[in-house]
Amino acid sequence: MKAFAHLYALLDATTSSNAKLAAMQDYFARAPQADAAWAVYFLAGGKPRQLVPSKVLRDFIQQAAGVPAWLFEESYHAVGDLAETLALLMPEGDGTDSLGLADWMQLRLLPLRGAPPEDIHAKLAIYFAELDQAERFVCAKLLTGSFRVGVSKLLVTRALARVAQVDAKIVAQRMMGYTDTRARPDGAAFAQLVAAYSEADRQRGDGQPYPFFLAHPWSLPLAEMAGRLGPPDQWQIEWKWDGIRAQVVRRGGRVFIWSRGEELVTEQFPEISRMAQALGEGVVLDGEIVVWENNAVQPFARLQQRLGRKTVGPKVLADQPVVFLAYDLLEHAGQDCRALPQHERRARLAQVCGSVVDPVLRLSPLLTGASWAELAAQREQSRTLGVEGMMLKSVSAAYGVGRTKNDGVWWKWKVDPLSIDAVLIYAQRGHGRRASLYTDYTFALWDGPPEMKDRRLVPVAKAYSGLTDEEIRQVDAIVRRTTVEKFGPVRSVKPTLVFELGFEGIARSSRHKSGVALRFPRMLRWRQDKPIDQADSVDGLAVWLPA
Amino acid sequence: MLSAVLPDLIVARPEGLYCPPGDFYIDPWRPVTRAVITHAHSDHARMGHDHYLATHDSEGVLRARLGDIRLQKLAYGEPLVINGVTVSLHPAGHVLGSAQVRIEHRGCVWVASGDYKLDQDGTCLPFEPVRCHTFITESTFGLPIYRWPTTAALSDDINTWWRANAQAGQASVLFCYAFGKAQRILHNVDPTIGPIVVHGAVANLNDVYRDCGVALPPASRVSELSDPNDPALRRALVLAPPSAQGTTWMKRFGAYTDAFASGWMLVRGARRRRGVDRGFVMSDHADWPGLQQAIKATGAERVFVTHGSVAVMVRWLQEQGLQAESFTTSFGDQEDEA
Repeated sequence: MKAFAHLYALLDATTSSNAKLAAMQDYFARAPQADAAWAVYFLAGGKPRQLVPSKVLRDFIQQAAGVPAWLFEESYHAVGDLAETLALLMPEGDGTDSLGLADWMQLRLLPLRGAPPEDIHAKLAIYFAELDQAERFVCAKLLTGSFRVGVSKLLVTRALARVAQVDAKIVAQRMMGYTDTRARPDGAAFAQLVAAYSEADRQRGDGQPYPFFLAHPWSLPLAEMAGRLGPPDQWQIEWKWDGIRAQVVRRGGRVFIWSRGEELVTEQFPEISRMAQALGEGVVLDGEIVVWENNAVQPFARLQQRLGRKTVGPKVLADQPVVFLAYDLLEHAGQDCRALPQHERRARLAQVCGSVVDPVLRLSPLLTGASWAELAAQREQSRTLGVEGMMLKSVSAAYGVGRTKNDGVWWKWKVDPLSIDAVLIYAQRGHGRRASLYTDYTFALWDGPPEMKDRRLVPVAKAYSGLTDEEIRQVDAIVRRTTVEKFGPVRSVKPTLVFELGFEGIARSSRHKSGVALRFPRMLRWRQDKPIDQADSVDGLAVWLPA
Repeated sequence: MLSAVLPDLIVARPEGLYCPPGDFYIDPWRPVTRAVITHAHSDHARMGHDHYLATHDSEGVLRARLGDIRLQKLAYGEPLVINGVTVSLHPAGHVLGSAQVRIEHRGCVWVASGDYKLDQDGTCLPFEPVRCHTFITESTFGLPIYRWPTTAALSDDINTWWRANAQAGQASVLFCYAFGKAQRILHNVDPTIGPIVVHGAVANLNDVYRDCGVALPPASRVSELSDPNDPALRRALVLAPPSAQGTTWMKRFGAYTDAFASGWMLVRGARRRRGVDRGFVMSDHADWPGLQQAIKATGAERVFVTHGSVAVMVRWLQEQGLQAESFTTSFGDQEDEA
């Protein structure tokens, strides 16, 4: 754990990408390959399924630190991170640990899963007694599955590419699937990541997807579109679907479905898997999984019922029927065709999809318009259609890697979010960088129009994002000054602050007091100009509700 | 149970903590006739009182900050009778001149500790436990997560950081509160690593410390440098108050590395919020074990908690079998000082 904790400390102490690259490169070059294999896994965002239930870990910390439950809770809320709370509360260890990261994972931490709580407590007591504070923190981060340090997967890929002295794109391909929840990286897996370029890199005869090509937000006004983008016929235009971005890989007679989070979701979508068997050998499609009913896309909330469960039963399959809206072709007859221009890939995609007769496979339709103004008018239907706006893909663009703009560009031209003015009524302290600051807020709307007597505020949404650090500091101070009551980590405050909240959609909900649930709410701005009686009322939301 | 039958020797009033039989206040936040001042930090020593009482060692900073005040000075441990109440001041180990106020009246003893810490740092007299019936404590770091490194370990960390930066040709800018922490750092740092430069706010207070006999290594103001572009600046340790962060004053040091010294730096979230490269855990307040040790050493059965994690400390002390209550005060408003 020592070398990895040291690497963590180096990465955590700098904001410079070059310093981070150097630290990782140095570690990868020196560490035993088995340790490096796990280091890559965690640095690139891999998370094994929870090793120790959080309740068991909390109990362990309380016992080991000799603090009562309430004092543990107070400490946890001040720190805002369970692993760090453990590191700070536990008695100082002797720093004698000499086990490598791989041994820590395989011999110690992974076997904890499913063990009885008393065994876990006894083992953890022995393990942590060997660690100093910094090591305790990193070790506990691995345990809680919340390991995060300021490096992106891309940066890890670049560090590996330097060690391997091969192109970072090649390493990115090798990395796909590496951070799968069930992966158990070993020395051989790491050796493959940093191996010299080989035939295997050329023919990816396995189930690996390609790095997703990501779009950039288009936010300039309509008047500038023709000037910046040229005429619409230079663009392949589609709806921007609100579903799960996915690649369907059909190779070696098998099908793999990868979500954009590079998670294998094949088992969650058996009907797509079945459909893909009919695609020819060596085909990779890019597209969107959505719930589809009555010839229309359904709210994202319904799709979520397909995720987060181990097995998808017949009831869920029937209640939430999905389709795959295909919009790109990345591999055709075993050949990587990402370098072909967009229009060419689209033509081949239509051909591939045309040969499959299955209602689960649909081509994402192309939209046309004589001018950007005409397209903008079409875009106005987005909400009614249940889409987020339009995608603009340069007809000559290759399919790039990540957010690159080198090989052409994809723009997402989203409709403006819906917005309401709501009143802050509860605040809770945040986590991580925002620990001990009140940053997580619950917002309310009035339950009637201004002329109604005794109208009250009812909670409608929670939001955490959208304020600057300076605004957070100010709101935090006001929360502390205007607290009415404290319930554990939550404070109710005297309603004084109004915020404009943006959100992407709205659905009826029996779980919410207000009867509605907002999709992706966030703070757009602090309406310091508005008194609370000018905030919106719940009935105003009704106009956006689906019939 | 003497304390239980007599009226309280200290009560909370809108002006501040008040001693009714002695008719004086301790660190009042509104103007009063007679103020006993525990130490010269701005949330404890305020303007506008008719008469101040403080330690000899506090005089320099008090006069520098509050100007021409009517100040009566006491040596540590020297008794003074005010309206029949015996008052004496005892080292609190917080900053130069800091004191706990011991009040004795009809055999009953109360101690108001102001701010205090237990670690010795060589720049002020160490905390002296004073036996009392009732103890008034702070609780700035009143959570068990707060445990400080030793002065030696901290100095090692700072020296190592400074040395590495100096070797890389980068100035080491360390933001710290100008009164107390800056002098602790100077007193304990290894001055052979490179030159030391201080912000004007720090330099003024260095003079006061030196006048009181505290040994500090040479440290120049920027204005005293013969060549403001001296390449030696790239190896310098620069001490500046947190308010200097992001100001044009910093520009002269080129591409520097920065750090912040505070007890709050123990928590990673606070470190990241501060936006510096490095956080050193250093406080002039007691950590959790220090608070417990100090309270125990007084032998007090009754404890008032004034600021910081008040509710936590009150509940904890009650569970330890003490009679614990809280006073609402205006101390500790400035997070930077801790």
